[in-house]
Amino acid sequence: MATQSKVSFTLNGNPAEIRTDPIRRLSHVLREELSMTGTKVGCDAGDCGACTVLLDGRQVCSCMTPVAQVEGREVLTVEGLAAAGGRLAGLQESFHLNGAAQCGICTPGMLMAAADLLGRRETPDDAAIEDALGGVLCRCTGYKNIVSAVRHAIEPNGIELDDPGPGEAVGARVPKTDGKRKVDGSELFGADSAPADALWMRAVRSPHWSATFTVGDLQPLFDAHPGLVRVIGPADVPALNAFGVYPHIKDQPVLADGEVKYRGEPVLALVGDYESVHGIRDEDVPIHYQIRPHVHGIEGALAEGAPIVHAAGDDNVMGRGFVKKGDADAALAESDVVVEGSFETAFVEHAYIEPEAGWARRIGDRLEMAATTQAPHMDRDEIANVLGLPVDAVHVLPCACGGGFGGKIDGGLQVLLAVAAWNLDRPVRTVFNRIESMASTTKRHPSRTSGAYGCTKDGKLTAYRFHGDFNTGAYVSFGLTVKDRVPVHATGPYHVPNVLATSAGLYTNEPPAGAFRGFGVPQSALLHDMLMDMMAERCGIDPLEFRHINAIRVGDATATGQVLEASAGLAACLEGLRPHWKKARAEAEAFNARSSGVLRRGVGVGCMWYGCGNTSMPNPSTLHMGLSRAGEVTLYSGAQDIGQGINTTAMQCAADGLGIALSRINLVWGDTDLTADAGKTSASRQAYISGNAAKFAGEDLRRQILRLANVGDDAEIEFGEGRLVVRDGEAVREVDLTALPLTRDSDVLVGEGTFDPPTEPSDEFGQGTPYATYAFAAHMAEVEVDVALGTVKVRRMVAAHDVGKSLNPQQVEGQIDGGVAQGLGLALMEEYVPGRTENLHDYLIPTVGDMPEIDYVIVEDPEPTGPWGAKGIGEPTLIPTPPAIFGAIHHATGVRLTRAPATPDRVRAAILARNGGKGG
Amino acid sequence: MASYLRPGDLESALAAIAEAPRTIVAGGTDYYPARVGKPLDDDVLDVTGIDSLKAIEDLGDRWRIGALVTWTRIVEARLPPMFDGLKRAAREVGGVQVQNSGTVVGNVCNASPAADGVPNLLALDAEIELASRDAIRSVPIGAFITGNRQTVRARDEIVTGISVPKPAQGTTSTFLKLGARHYLVISIVMTAGVLEPAPDGTVASIRLAVGSCSAVARRLVALENELRGRPIDAGLQDAVAEDHLAVLSPIDDVRGTGEYRMDAALTLVRRTLAELGSA
Repeated sequence: MATQSKVSFTLNGNPAEIRTDPIRRLSHVLREELSMTGTKVGCDAGDCGACTVLLDGRQVCSCMTPVAQVEGREVLTVEGLAAAGGRLAGLQESFHLNGAAQCGICTPGMLMAAADLLGRRETPDDAAIEDALGGVLCRCTGYKNIVSAVRHAIEPNGIELDDPGPGEAVGARVPKTDGKRKVDGSELFGADSAPADALWMRAVRSPHWSATFTVGDLQPLFDAHPGLVRVIGPADVPALNAFGVYPHIKDQPVLADGEVKYRGEPVLALVGDYESVHGIRDEDVPIHYQIRPHVHGIEGALAEGAPIVHAAGDDNVMGRGFVKKGDADAALAESDVVVEGSFETAFVEHAYIEPEAGWARRIGDRLEMAATTQAPHMDRDEIANVLGLPVDAVHVLPCACGGGFGGKIDGGLQVLLAVAAWNLDRPVRTVFNRIESMASTTKRHPSRTSGAYGCTKDGKLTAYRFHGDFNTGAYVSFGLTVKDRVPVHATGPYHVPNVLATSAGLYTNEPPAGAFRGFGVPQSALLHDMLMDMMAERCGIDPLEFRHINAIRVGDATATGQVLEASAGLAACLEGLRPHWKKARAEAEAFNARSSGVLRRGVGVGCMWYGCGNTSMPNPSTLHMGLSRAGEVTLYSGAQDIGQGINTTAMQCAADGLGIALSRINLVWGDTDLTADAGKTSASRQAYISGNAAKFAGEDLRRQILRLANVGDDAEIEFGEGRLVVRDGEAVREVDLTALPLTRDSDVLVGEGTFDPPTEPSDEFGQGTPYATYAFAAHMAEVEVDVALGTVKVRRMVAAHDVGKSLNPQQVEGQIDGGVAQGLGLALMEEYVPGRTENLHDYLIPTVGDMPEIDYVIVEDPEPTGPWGAKGIGEPTLIPTPPAIFGAIHHATGVRLTRAPATPDRVRAAILARNGGKGG
Repeated sequence: MASYLRPGDLESALAAIAEAPRTIVAGGTDYYPARVGKPLDDDVLDVTGIDSLKAIEDLGDRWRIGALVTWTRIVEARLPPMFDGLKRAAREVGGVQVQNSGTVVGNVCNASPAADGVPNLLALDAEIELASRDAIRSVPIGAFITGNRQTVRARDEIVTGISVPKPAQGTTSTFLKLGARHYLVISIVMTAGVLEPAPDGTVASIRLAVGSCSAVARRLVALENELRGRPIDAGLQDAVAEDHLAVLSPIDDVRGTGEYRMDAALTLVRRTLAELGSA
């Protein structure tokens, strides 16, 4: 119990007074005591800036401001920005119009940082804008649109909302239909709401990599902390104490039962009032660990005599992947040119700015859950499994997701909350702090890949032999997907007659590696595109032209024997890059010839392909579109928007499917009682699969209306209040909606759309049709390397993407910017070291100051099965950036780095090694 | 039961801390990050109510930076070129949020090996002023920080400010920080230099310090001695040899290897001298 003091201050122009603990973080007081949740908390350590507010007109982190220090001062939060008037109010509109908010979790912090600048500088330049925003991290946007939004709040660029009419929504540059609430502080993320009587939950986590344990007498803990209501253990799980992303593999305990397999694994859950559960230190909880030897890293997992992570197995191999076409060994033996190489990548942290958070409550025999997630229907099924309930007894109302990137699919928080709330029959909430989020949740698989690529002397690829080991951590998570996806994609987007690609997923006592933007493909792309550069060099062919020669085209067969029938736009992407490439390569070479200094410039290219949707598995989405008696049209979408914008895209597709203006549609999203299963937001599947389902739902509703009006397919529908007017040539029919019977809730007609991309299971050689369609991309990176320090600055990226059809150019560009930023991070700075980099100052992600200029080349080679030809864009944007940067470093310095990230010490060491230890 | 005090004057603060030890909080930019996910249950002395600690003063023969002077105040203050290095460091501490709240003195007291302010203060020959209820004293910064997160501050003392002697007319300074990204970055290596010119255009005196390459930032005294009397030009950097960095003992960590730090320090020291020589 702490002292209480009165603090009086001005909050958004109004007097505020509160009695509270004076050392409390201002952010906490604003959110939990004054219910002003527009200010976000990302790290509690001044590393992310999400909590930025203005204190006497200056930006500060409210997470590092003792509330007592605001006594007598003025605090301005995002909720007060509109009322502040003038340019400050204009900032919000500018953020909305310029696509500066994707998930929206950093947006309040960005807005306040920008408000600080605009409040004190009349006409700041871009450098001043970057300085002002430098303390706020964004993981979605790549910062480009944020800087533009601030610039255009100073000098309006006259950008206007596209307001497309019927049939015009697809392809329009439409701002987010849910964008306003992301800029005014009203969007509700996982930590932003909970029933008023909710208890707090905090997981006690293992401090050891591998151990058995017993729990001692908990009574003294209850005696010392009267506010502690319950300690939840594995025995409290009603049905199955296990979860996992696959229906057939549930290997990760909700709460560890007698043994822990990684540091950060939840052991017990403390439930009670906020002060108690957060006031108890883990070391005060009587858990007695007996430490066992542990396994770290791929080498550790494969070492002779290594401890076995999962006792059921006789080694640490989780699973193996395999694709074989032709005879790679024989073809390599006959190839004019064979190059070999290997590559190593690290754990990468998703680093969404919103840590996991949510709440749950039991309502009779049902369980209600609101949490940040990428997969509401999967959460529902998982909770039902754990509680032993039918799925319709679980009601998931997902919160807005403050960034996911694959890390918010595994529902460890959800199942734990569900167990607590079910047992206590009281609402229970939890918010992970940054350290526990980073220690306990999934990561990108670390990898060690090697391969031998062959080609003819005139540069035609002949064969590829590849093996990749992937560290899947303590539990399977999405490990099976990675080990299957990698061999399919291992060749890169090239036509290769002979392929032998194998992979292994390996258990270690490290955090589970799961889904992360690319599922292993970014790791294998670093290798295949390095080998492309090496072959090009050996053949004396320009690296871009070498790729163009070999780009997989319509009519070519993939490594799995799948003949591409349409939409294979890599060659077009490379053609789009070609003029940029020639110019940039020449400029870099001229710069290097001129400069005798330590700065060297280089230009590299990286290519990728990416199968959209689940691998060799059914992957359906179903959406509904309803028409109410009042004439209101509503899209019911279970496709979770994680900032990428499926809410907007699905509405665009549905609007044009039905033939109604976009602005006339309402959206109900996520709620599992009101929406059908639209699958996970992962695998670049939502725009392609749920976009299609939205289109079909709109078309189905249109058909039903036309049938009701008894008119032909070309009729035009006019949507009025309580009635429709349908015109078919001369015939005009009026439909009185108020007279129709209700078919579902308040709707009189409900259209349904389902799409499941056609795939086929693979045979014993991995041959088959694992994906219905592939996205293609090529990125060009221009870098400048300080060879004396080993630092790399990416100056410019040109991103060429075959998206089939750009459903919304603003969102496509936004995905590219964000993917480039994450790719740049993977390439140059991001390395999660378990136990050591569990915060956002030791684990570095790019800031606004690291971002290059980005140009786009959008190729639309339509995919016949996609909505208006569209396919996915989410993951393809990250994958080609790292190989382009590594290629550019080589062009600049002559050094071929084979380990990501290319941190300054590694770059410098490689330069020194090449120069025989001499500097320069 | 944790207690929190925010006195309005130094005497009350010193009386309180004489009674029992307390965690001293100013900008909060080190206090809170050290307590993520942990209870805020220490007895705290918040010194931000003490107005007398807020000034940057010109005291004739020296400058005095009060304990509550923030990085932003350093950036915005009209100060002579001898403080250019400190200003540059101020712009690179955290983000603007940290610069607005965090204090130079807090940075020194936190005594991180990567403290952005310390190399400059070493190069400025700064002294740390401490007060207790019974006494005041002044300690050279090199003696004030004794190790990683360790200082000579006694439990009943408060650091009240930093005193910087005024050097010769025309003194220049600079600061270089190497990190793996822009903004919000903890340095891999930092260097600071302050050069006092002689009337004949040679080095009257020069002080160079390197941070993040030892438990406490270190002055490069041997190199400083060698540079004295040399003409101030771009050739200054040619005097640097690996031996001059022998006082450093960089470690391997997530930001870089010790070997790399040593190599980068050599480059940054040369660049520091190149800048000072061409100023």
